[in-house]
Amino acid sequence: MSILNLLVIIGIIAAISYVFGHKKATASVKGDIRLLHSLPSHYGWLSALISLAPAMLVMLTWFLFSPQIIENLLLASLNDSVTDLTPFELSLLLRDIHNLSQGDALSRAVSVQLQQSADYYVMISDRIFWAASLLAVCLSCLFSYLAIHKISPQLKSRNYLEKFILRSLLACSIIAILTTIGIVSSLLFETIRFLDHVPLSDFIFGLKWSPQTALRSDQVGSTGAFGAIPLFAGTLLITFIALLIAVPIGLCSAIYMTEFASKKARSIFKPLLEILAGIPTVVYGFFAALVVAPFIRDSGSMIGLEVASESALAAGIVMGIMIIPLISSLSDDVISSVPQSLRDGSFGLGATKTETILHVILPSALPGIVSAFLLAASRAIGETMIVVMAAGMAANLTANPLEAVTTVTVQIVALLTGDQEFDSAKTLSAFALGLALFIVTLILNFIALRMVRKYQEQYD
Amino acid sequence: MTDQNQNITPPTQGPTGWTSEAMQARIRRRYRTEKIFKLMGLGGLLTALATLCILLVTIFYTGTSGFQETRIKLDISLSENAFAGVAALDKAEREEALRKVNYSTLIRNSLLKTFPDVKKRREVFALMKLVSNGARDEIRQKIIADPSLIGKTISLDLLASSVVDIFFKGQISRDIPQSNRKISDQQIAWLDHLSADGRIIRQFNRSFFTSGDSREPEMAGILGAAMGSFLTLLVTLLIAFPIGVSSAIYLEEFAPKNRWTDLIEININNLAAVPSIIFGLLGLAIFLNVFNMPRSAPLVGGLTLALMTLPTIIIASRAAIRAVPPSIRQAAIGLGASPIQTVFHHVLPLSMPGILTGTIIGMAQALGETAPLLMIGMVAFIVDLPHGVMDAATALPVQIFLWADSPERGFMEKTSAAIIVLIVFLIMMNGLAIWLRQKFEKNW
Repeated sequence: MSILNLLVIIGIIAAISYVFGHKKATASVKGDIRLLHSLPSHYGWLSALISLAPAMLVMLTWFLFSPQIIENLLLASLNDSVTDLTPFELSLLLRDIHNLSQGDALSRAVSVQLQQSADYYVMISDRIFWAASLLAVCLSCLFSYLAIHKISPQLKSRNYLEKFILRSLLACSIIAILTTIGIVSSLLFETIRFLDHVPLSDFIFGLKWSPQTALRSDQVGSTGAFGAIPLFAGTLLITFIALLIAVPIGLCSAIYMTEFASKKARSIFKPLLEILAGIPTVVYGFFAALVVAPFIRDSGSMIGLEVASESALAAGIVMGIMIIPLISSLSDDVISSVPQSLRDGSFGLGATKTETILHVILPSALPGIVSAFLLAASRAIGETMIVVMAAGMAANLTANPLEAVTTVTVQIVALLTGDQEFDSAKTLSAFALGLALFIVTLILNFIALRMVRKYQEQYD
Repeated sequence: MTDQNQNITPPTQGPTGWTSEAMQARIRRRYRTEKIFKLMGLGGLLTALATLCILLVTIFYTGTSGFQETRIKLDISLSENAFAGVAALDKAEREEALRKVNYSTLIRNSLLKTFPDVKKRREVFALMKLVSNGARDEIRQKIIADPSLIGKTISLDLLASSVVDIFFKGQISRDIPQSNRKISDQQIAWLDHLSADGRIIRQFNRSFFTSGDSREPEMAGILGAAMGSFLTLLVTLLIAFPIGVSSAIYLEEFAPKNRWTDLIEININNLAAVPSIIFGLLGLAIFLNVFNMPRSAPLVGGLTLALMTLPTIIIASRAAIRAVPPSIRQAAIGLGASPIQTVFHHVLPLSMPGILTGTIIGMAQALGETAPLLMIGMVAFIVDLPHGVMDAATALPVQIFLWADSPERGFMEKTSAAIIVLIVFLIMMNGLAIWLRQKFEKNW
């Protein structure tokens, strides 16, 4: 029996209890449903819910705790042979046992003992699943019987049902908060473990980044250095180039679209810019690597400049193209929400359109425009695929846009794709970088959203 | 403005007379500035659109040839002794036996018959390089489908290797010296011979849409990645849609206005702007490391993307619910409906088009997202098609990333072709959203 079958069975039980709840309610007033407190369907739904709830609870418990229980039982069975293993070797062994039971690839040859453990693993996980499903089905039947038994014309089933619905709606809206808590706690937890290996000051102020640590203690050369300054500098360089491209172009197009373009032109240009915004970043990355980077390298060598094939300039330009629509649409909103009376006042004093825009509209829209820049900067800092495909891998502390630099996101991807060692400083450093990224973007977003809100209040 | 005035006009005259020379000059200047400024705005807009054009044209230019493949028509003699005893076996055994037959020999014999003067080992090797490794499989499939072919000589269009393919698409020039290209002069001579015989066929590349990934560019297809994307998006939709709509309903209709609600609201707005790679880290730390879910599974990818698209869906749904006028609610309540009934029977159905539009846009975003999927290991080389949400899979944008990173020249057009497919999907989804908006949007 698989999980799917179990869900189907529980669903059938719930459906049956809906039908019987409905019938019982109608029968209890001999078909005259005016005498019922709630509609018959409310009684049906309530009994279905009551039959569903305990089963779901059992399955959730099984889902959350069964891996832990299975692991403990497995360790108990392995007791004497694993006492002298390090935690890392132990987790590797457990993973192998798990993989063997699933028929996946192993990191070692299959021994008799390992096969036995795998069989044992399959047996106990099967048994626990059977016990849980049996419990779920029994509880479901029991509760559905009790619920139907309790039905009487006086039962306030609608009130109960609505209270339940309201609670579930609240629970759903809390998931957004849980996500944030999940992000913060997972990043923070792994970062603290990373700081056990590398002191905080070395991470934030260190000038050298080479995360390759020695696998064996007798290896030379790769001790690992986790100074994040070159990554921050690279990220800032590329973001700066991107903003240098995107801000003038985005702002110009927003001004043109709101102040100069006819309604018809606007209805053509706006969707086109939206297409630019909807193109996946991996496509931009491919474009950067295929077209822009070779173009810049070739034109650089034509005028005698040495340009790296993964130059910061190429990645920055393409990232700038990517955030043009963001800046233009945000500025567009801000500029069009400047009250018409300000424009009329300026025109009344004899100002031309340009003078109105430069001296009246832009100054009053400034907070909103600045917040658009901040959001765009945060977007550029966190952007991953373009830099993964077009920027370099080696940490390089330079301000020269023609050289290759690497960014925070590139390093996170490089550290976490491919073979990972658990708990090594190398893997954990990715989470520390992630936390730094999260904090910076959060601050930028927060300021930007605050500014927009303040600005909106000003004209409301 | 005042200091400008002083610059232009002498203080004695003053700028009052419209006909005065100074005033005219100033007005001309102001209009010139106006024109320049307007052109600057238009220039910005056109630059943005020009980059869009360049991007799309480049992708389509390199990508359209990816939908075509080159085949070489060869007469393969399926001699009895290569298939000794196979015909007598029953179906299952026959398939097993056919797996062991050396099809390379059959192809080699056929090629040698066409080019009798090729003798040296190295030349034979170079000759064999013209045909794809996948050709052997094609012969086998043919025989499995029709065992009576054994003993006959059949004419088959066999898949050419990637080098041959891109040579015929004109991506390898004959002019560059032999050492700088992957195809030798000798091979080109053979290909010219075959071409003159009419044995080179270019046709629509069906296997691009019907097979999974491969190490050989000519055999690589996107079906596996598309299935992976579909399964991932299915999970995303099943999780993000109900949760997103529920929380939008709660926040718009039932939440008391207090600090707690404010916190949820600020939180959702901030989550919408968190970089996608952070959600990948969350998926890695929570779903993979804490809950021990399988790596590379669409289930995990779907969960991660669901958390990412949740804010988009919530914000769009809230706007749609807010747009339903209060009179609808008042009417329902006046007729005795409870607040929950009001919402589920009246407000929600009326706001559904807006909610669906927002959801589709969120799904389109999730379809194009790559970075979080890299974090949870959906970046592996996977040949088999995924059949369930627990199977290892990859997604369309990740496949694009993998192919773009591949050094093989032949993958370039496949990358662009896959991008075209992805963009077509995105345009379809956005088109659906726009259609929904226009068809069902009401102006109250």
